[in-house]
Amino acid sequence: MRLDVRKGRVDMTHGSGGRAMAQLIEEIFINCFDNELLRQANDQAAFPVRSGRMVMSTDGHVISPLFFPGGDIGSLSVHGTINDVAMSGARPLYLSAAFILEEGFPLADLERIVVSMAKAANAAGVPVVTGDTKVVEKGKADGVFITTTGVGRVPEGINISGDRAAAGDAILVSGTVGDHGVAIMSSRENLEFETAIQSDSAALHTLVADMLAAGADIHCLRDPTRGGLATTLNELAQQSGVGMRLREVDIPVLPAVADACELLGLDPLYVANEGKLICICKAADADRLLQVMQAHPLGRQAAIIGEVTAEEPGFVQMDTGFGGSRVVDWLVGEQLPRIC
Amino acid sequence: MKYVEEFRRSDLARVLADAIAREADTGCQYNLMEFCGGHTHAIFRYGVQDLMPGNVKFIHGPGCPVCVLPIPRIDNAIALAREPDVILCSYGDMLRVPASGRKSLLKVKAEGADIRMVYSTQDALKIARDNPDRQVVFFAIGFETTTPPTAVAILQAKAGKLNNFSVFCNHVLTPAAIQNILESPEVREMDRVSIDGFFGPSHVSSIIGTQPYEFFAEEFQKPVVIAGFEPLDVMQSALMLIRQLNEGRHEVENEYTRVVSREGNVKAQMLVAQVLELQRSFEWRGLGMVPYSALQIKQAYAEFDAEKRFAIPVSQATDVKGCECPRILRGVKKPTDCKLFGTICTPENPMGSCMVSSEGACAAYWTYGRFREKTALEETAA
Repeated sequence: MRLDVRKGRVDMTHGSGGRAMAQLIEEIFINCFDNELLRQANDQAAFPVRSGRMVMSTDGHVISPLFFPGGDIGSLSVHGTINDVAMSGARPLYLSAAFILEEGFPLADLERIVVSMAKAANAAGVPVVTGDTKVVEKGKADGVFITTTGVGRVPEGINISGDRAAAGDAILVSGTVGDHGVAIMSSRENLEFETAIQSDSAALHTLVADMLAAGADIHCLRDPTRGGLATTLNELAQQSGVGMRLREVDIPVLPAVADACELLGLDPLYVANEGKLICICKAADADRLLQVMQAHPLGRQAAIIGEVTAEEPGFVQMDTGFGGSRVVDWLVGEQLPRIC
Repeated sequence: MKYVEEFRRSDLARVLADAIAREADTGCQYNLMEFCGGHTHAIFRYGVQDLMPGNVKFIHGPGCPVCVLPIPRIDNAIALAREPDVILCSYGDMLRVPASGRKSLLKVKAEGADIRMVYSTQDALKIARDNPDRQVVFFAIGFETTTPPTAVAILQAKAGKLNNFSVFCNHVLTPAAIQNILESPEVREMDRVSIDGFFGPSHVSSIIGTQPYEFFAEEFQKPVVIAGFEPLDVMQSALMLIRQLNEGRHEVENEYTRVVSREGNVKAQMLVAQVLELQRSFEWRGLGMVPYSALQIKQAYAEFDAEKRFAIPVSQATDVKGCECPRILRGVKKPTDCKLFGTICTPENPMGSCMVSSEGACAAYWTYGRFREKTALEETAA
C-alpha cells in the first residue's frame, strides 16, 4: 500500500530504519529528487573530482513559518547552501539534505516541501545526491528542520575571501535589501499584516559566474542573510581589518519594505536577505562589474553603495540621507519594534 | 512614504542647519534636553548632531520606558513569570533588561518560564482567551502613549469576564519626571548641569496635549517645544528653542501640530481615568521616588491587578556598582562618562538599562555615535 500523502502524518516508524522509513524515502525523497547518484541507494554518493580547490558548506534551516510569500523551507534550504558555496566563487556541484521531522507532521506538507526543494535544485542544476531522515517525538522539533550541505569547485585563478577587502575598494550590493525578512515577518503568527512583498530567496551562483566571467578583481563576496547588510559588512570589516563608509541614499530598498520597516520600527539594513550578495572589488572594476550584475535577472537593481577605507578599522560608518553620519553597528539580539 | 519622507529631506535639513547656525549666538551655549528616547534615537540615526553648530548640544533625558524602570520592578516581573501556570506577556525590549542576580526575563525564559513577547495588549488578551486554564499577566510599561491600550485591555477583560487576565502596572508620567529633573539638586542648587530648554515628546503629547507642560515652563522658566520624531522636526524644534532663548521667552510651543493639540486625545484620557489613578509615589531608576509620577489600577478593577492577585516577594535590589544610568537619565553625565560604557557594558551584555533599548542613551551612543566622543577610559589612558 502506498503512503497516504494526502491525510497521513509522520510517525515514529518513519525514522526507525524499518520498512516504513524505506517507503517514505522511496515515495517522497527519491521520487522527488530523482537522480542517478541517489538511485544507487548507497549511504553515500560517490562522484569523480577534478583537480583544483573544492569548497564545502553546510546550513541548518529552522525557519518559521515553513511556507512564506515567495518560498518555503524547502527552496530556502537549497538556495541558502548553494549561495554559501557560490560566495567563494565556486560552481556548486552537489547537495546533501538531512531532515529532522517532528512526529505528527503532515505528509502532505512534507511532500510539498520536498517537491519545492527538488524544483529549486533542478532549476539551479545542483542535484541532491544523498540524504538522511530522522523523526523526533512530538514537541521536540517544530515540524521540520532541514540541513543541507553543498560542495563546489573553484575555477582556477579565483581567490575570494572575507579577509581581502582593501582600502579604496568599492562595495556593491546585488539588489534591494530586507525583502526576505519583511516577507517572513508579514506571515508570522501575531504579526500578520498584508503586503505584496515576496521573499527574495534565490540561488545566486549564475550571477556569481557572470561576475567572474567579467574578469573583475573581486576580493570578497558574501550573502547578507541573518543580521542583514549591516551585520555582514561588519563581519567583513572586522575580518579584513578595514573601515567602511556607506552612502545611505545609494542602498536600494523597496518602498514597500521601507514602509513595513517604518511601521514595525525596524531598520532594513538589519533585515535578512536570501537572494542578495555583497561584493567588494577593486574600485577601477566597479562600474564594469555593476553593468554585468545589472544585466543578470537577479542583479537588476544592483548598486555601488560605498567604499572600503583605512580609517577606523573594524567599523562601518554611513553618510545618512539626511546629511549627517552615523555608525552602522552589528545587530544586537533580534530586531524589535520600538514600543513608545 | 507620504508624510514621512517629507520630514527627512536633506535639502530642507541644510536650510534649517544654516538658520540655526545664523541665529545661535556664538557667545552662548545652548543645552537642549530631549526628554524622550524617540528623539535620542532620531538624533543618532540621522546624524542630526552633525548639522548643529558646536554650541548647540543635545542632552539625552530619561524618556525611555525600559530605562526608567528600577531593578526591583523587573525582579517582581521575574517572580510573576516564575509563578506556576503564569504566562507573562511583555513588550520585547523589556526581555533583555538586567535584573538582580544577573537575571533577565530572557534568561528566566530560557530556564523554562513561559514569557511571551507581544506587540500589543490585544495579543496578551488573545493569549488569555486561548489559554483559559493559565494565568496571563501583562507586564505594562511605558509613558502616556502605552497607557490607554492598557486601560482598554482591562475594560475588555472585565466586559469579557476574562478572569485569567491581569496587569502588572508600571505606567509612568512624563510631566512629573521633567519636573523632578528640574528640581534635582544638580540642576537647581549646584547648577552643575544647565538645561536651557526641552524638546517635549511627540507620541506622549498626542495623548496628553501640550497643556500639562505649561506649569513647569512657567515655574522653572524653561522653554518647551513639543517636537515630532522625524529629524526635520527635531531641527525645526531646536531652532524654535534657540529663538525662545534668544528672546528670553519660556513658553510651550508646538512644532508637532500635525498630530498634537493643546487638549490632546480626550477620549484616551477618559479611558485611562476610568481604569487607572495616580499612585502617591513611584520609584524611577535614576530619579528615585517621584511623587505622583505613576499610575495604578483603581479599586473597581482590582481583580485585574497582578499585584493584588499574586503575592509578589519584595526586592531590595540596587543598580550594578559603577553603573551611571541614574546620572545619565538625569542628564548629569554622558554615557561616555561611565567607566562601564563599552567595556563590560555593551548592548550584547548590558549592565544598566540605558544600554538595552534602542531609545536608551547608552545604546544610542554605542550604536550610532561611538566616534563622536572618546570614552572615559580612553581619555584616562591618554
